[in-house]
Order: sequence, then C-alpha cells, then structure tokens
Amino acid sequence: MATPNAHYGFAERWLPRLVLAPSFFLTLVFLYGFIAWNGYLSFTESRLLPNYEWAGLVQYQALFENERWWVAVRNLGIFAVLFIGGAMAIGITLAILLDQKVRGEGAIRTIYLYPMALSFVVTGTAWKWMLNPGLGLEKLMHDWGFTSFTFDWLVNSDMSIYTVVIAGLWQSSGFVMALFLAGLRGVDDSIIKAAQIDGASLPRIYWKIILPALRPVVFSTLMILSHIAIKSFDLVMALTGGGPGFSSDLPATFMYSMAFTRGQTGLGAASAMMMLATVAAIVVPYLYSELRKDQHG
Amino acid sequence: MAETRFWRAALYAALVFAALYYLLPLYVMLTTSVKSIEEIRAGNLLSLPAGITFDAWSKAWSTACTGVSCNGLSGYFWNSVQMVIPAVAISTMLGAINGYVLSKWRFRGSEVVFALILFGVFMPFQVLLLPMAQTLGLFGLANTTAGLVFVHVVCGTASTTLFFRNYYVGIPDELIKAARLDGAGFWRIFWRIILPMSTPIIMVTLIWQFTQIWNDFLFGVVFASGDAQPITVGLNNLANTSTSVKEYNVDMAAALIAALPTIVVYVLAGKYFVRGLTAGAVKG
Repeated sequence: MATPNAHYGFAERWLPRLVLAPSFFLTLVFLYGFIAWNGYLSFTESRLLPNYEWAGLVQYQALFENERWWVAVRNLGIFAVLFIGGAMAIGITLAILLDQKVRGEGAIRTIYLYPMALSFVVTGTAWKWMLNPGLGLEKLMHDWGFTSFTFDWLVNSDMSIYTVVIAGLWQSSGFVMALFLAGLRGVDDSIIKAAQIDGASLPRIYWKIILPALRPVVFSTLMILSHIAIKSFDLVMALTGGGPGFSSDLPATFMYSMAFTRGQTGLGAASAMMMLATVAAIVVPYLYSELRKDQHG
Repeated sequence: MAETRFWRAALYAALVFAALYYLLPLYVMLTTSVKSIEEIRAGNLLSLPAGITFDAWSKAWSTACTGVSCNGLSGYFWNSVQMVIPAVAISTMLGAINGYVLSKWRFRGSEVVFALILFGVFMPFQVLLLPMAQTLGLFGLANTTAGLVFVHVVCGTASTTLFFRNYYVGIPDELIKAARLDGAGFWRIFWRIILPMSTPIIMVTLIWQFTQIWNDFLFGVVFASGDAQPITVGLNNLANTSTSVKEYNVDMAAALIAALPTIVVYVLAGKYFVRGLTAGAVKG
C-alpha cells in the first residue's frame, strides 16, 4: 500500500487529506448534518414553517395513528415483495437463457436493458397510457374479440399499487439480467464441464452449482432492488400520482406530500426518519461486511 | 439431435418473446406520438398509424400546457441541459480525485471517510429534502438551476467516488511507488499516470451521472419551481394537466422528448452504461 512516509515531506503527507477535505466536509454537513437536522425536525410540532421547540414523540405518534401512512407502508410491502421477487425471477431466467451461446446476444441484451436508461417519469407516463381503462389495453383486448375483458387497475384503489409493480418490473428486470449475466460469465467453466461429465442435467447444474456460486451477486442485487423499492417515488407520481385517493401511496410519496404540499413538516420529517431507519437496517450490515472483506482481501 | 433442435427453437422463441415485452411500450409510444387524436380514438394500442403527423411532437415541444403556462417542454429541456452539464462535470472530477486519494494515498482514517461517503450512495434522499430546502432558501439558491446543480453534486459525489475508488484499487501500487522513487509527487502522478489510465471509468461515470441527473425527478420537483424546473418535472406536469380532451399523442411525444438524450447515450455507449450499472454491484 502506498502509505506516505515522513520522508516524503509535509506537503505529500497533508495533500491527500486536504484534497479529500471538501468532499468530506460536504458529506459531513449535507448528509450527516442534514440527517440530524431532519431528525430534530421530527421531534418538533413544525407545520407549514419549521418550529424548533422540542415536542418529543408527537409526530411519531401521529404517524403511527395515520391511516394514510399505514396504507403507504402496506403498499411498500406489496410492491417490494412483488417487485424484488419478480425482477429476480425474470432477470435470472433471462440471464440463464442468454448464457446458452445465443446468436445475436449483444442486440438482445441491448433491448432487454434499454428501459433502465429511461426516467421513471417516462416509464410511468407510457404505462399510464397503455393501462388506461378507456383506450389502452382494454380497448386492445376488445378489438381482439375479448369483449368482456376489463382492466381498471389504474383507477381501482384496491389494485392501483399493482400497476406500479407492472411498470417497475418492466423497467428494472433487464438490469437484474445484466447483473446475473456478468456473474454467470465469471463462473469457472471447468466446474460445469466436470458436472456434465458426471451426468448432471443442465437445470440441475444451474440450480445446484452455478446459482450457489453467484451468492454474492444475488446478495448485492437484492440490496440494489430493495433500495430502489424503498426510494420509489417518481414512478408512482407519474403513473398514479398516489391515487386513486391515496391508495397507491408509498412512503416516499407520503413524505413528499406531507412535507411539501400539505404543510405537515414535522410529520414529513418523521416519515423520512422511518425510511432512513429501514434503509440503514438493510444497508449498514451489508456495507460493514463489504468493507471488512476489502481489508482482508 | 431432434431434441436439441427443439430446445434451441424454444430458447429463441422465449428470448424473442421477452424482447417483444421490452420493445412493445416503445413501439406504442412511437406510434401513438405520430397519430392524430381521432385516430387514437378509432384504433387501439397496437394499430399502425394510417398517416404520420408530427403535430403532437411540435405541440409537446412548444405549445402544450404544463400547468398554468403553455410553452411546451422546450424550456424544461434547456433547464435540464444547463443543470446536467455542470453537475456531471463537477461530480465526476470530485469523484476522480477522491477515488485517487482513497485508493492510492490512504491515511489513518481514510477508510472511515470512505465508509461515510459510501453510505450516501444508499441513503434515502427524503431525509435531506427539508433541511436542503431551507438551506437553499437561506443562500438564495431556492428555485434556481445553480441550487439543483449543488444538490446533484452533493448527492452524486458518493457514487462517483465509489466508481473511481474501485477502479483505482485495481491499478498496481508498484506503479505509484516507482513514480515516487523517480520524484513524482501527488499531482504529477495523478496527471501523468492515473488520469491517462482512467478513460474507461471516466466514460462509465459520465454516462452514469448523466443518466441519473437527467432522469431525476425528486430534486427537480422539490427544489425547483417555474423557471428552473427540469424536463422530468415538465413531462409530469404536462401529462397530468387536465385538458378537456386527453391528448395521449402529445403525452407520448413529450415522454419521448424527455427520454431521447438518455436513449441516445445508451445506444452510442451502451457498453459503458452496463458497466456503470454493474460497477457497484459486481466486485472485480
């Protein structure tokens, strides 16, 4: 390791620290300082304007008694399970199919992955049109002869969250494919050949040998997908706007509407802290293990 | 032999089916955007346009209503351009320098700094919104492009630092040691040795940051209003402005206008885009 030693002189020893200082300062103030600031706001009775008088846990109490918050939390549960599970299933399947020495792999990969380059607002706008009950999918099915087909999920408060899942899967499943394809290419061919000589079938080889070898990829993909799920905001805003009513709210849209459209600053701050706690519970152990691995490797 | 051939056919059928699933929405967007509103009503999602008209495109660009004003997306588009160029340039430069220090000039505590910065990659930005809104207001940066650039730099430097650091870790330390024996210092090594080897990771980072910042909606909708709003906010306003007749062709043209820059980048430099996606996720 290139650790600077004393004989490299004063400038060489302090220059790296000095160069890193601005970013360190920005991180400290604008990430960690703001977390503290937001945390403090969540313990106040701030409404439209911030009010810095300590009020204890009132906002958290209000949050836990807020029906809309629980709808958002339940929706996040539904969305996270279906979005993560679905994206993993589609992504892994496509990666395995593409790994069979397919002709035109590059082109196919490009097609599978392009939605990831789009903004969630674009995706939401497009799917809002395709799923709209009047002229969208429903009309198409009617034209094809399925006259009794109805699809009103966008305007049905029991089903609206599932439209977010549909659009989310379309956008992100190709990304999972790319991660797993990269992982599959890293698996040692000789193990597979040995298993084939032993007479193992291809599905068995994938299930018993290759996927277990990809455990780190599975793990980091789960990490990234749950992170996307918790932060999901733009897709909901563009597709359903959280509606009908607040039936497709997620915590991120709940926070936005409390903090910035309904003048409930304290409640918004409290919901943001809950989101942070959720992410931290997932990410901190992961980062810790990654950094430890780094030091040993 | 017949069996393998059957499985190969099934494999290609499945791959083509999946390709259609990803392509259909793009097809629907493109065809809808060149149809007239009457044709949209008469046909269905998949019907081919009878005649191609770019009226919806010109309306989306210059006259469609996005809330109270009716000037189309052009202004939003230029706002995004003005925001994305400095934000990407600054966050990439900071990332390169940080990555260089954190991989080649480690000091006591530098790993802690790295961990602190790294958490910023994962943090839900909702936690920053309220304090940031207040701070930007305090410095007169609320509702300005400069304010948005600042927010994107603060929040994007975590990812760029991670990218460059992980890339530079792979450059042998012996190279640095040899250069130092020859008397090269911190900056000389950076400019003469590290930077010339960095083209791939610079491309990855530029493309990653461009896509992230161009596509951002959260910061745009919270920190900008009116004159400084980016394209994603413009698109959302346009698509959600209630008009007597819902003009889906204009919505789709607007969505494509918003998507065009990132799609072009993806098509031209897809290789780097994919590497950016996998950079943080797959080790090595």
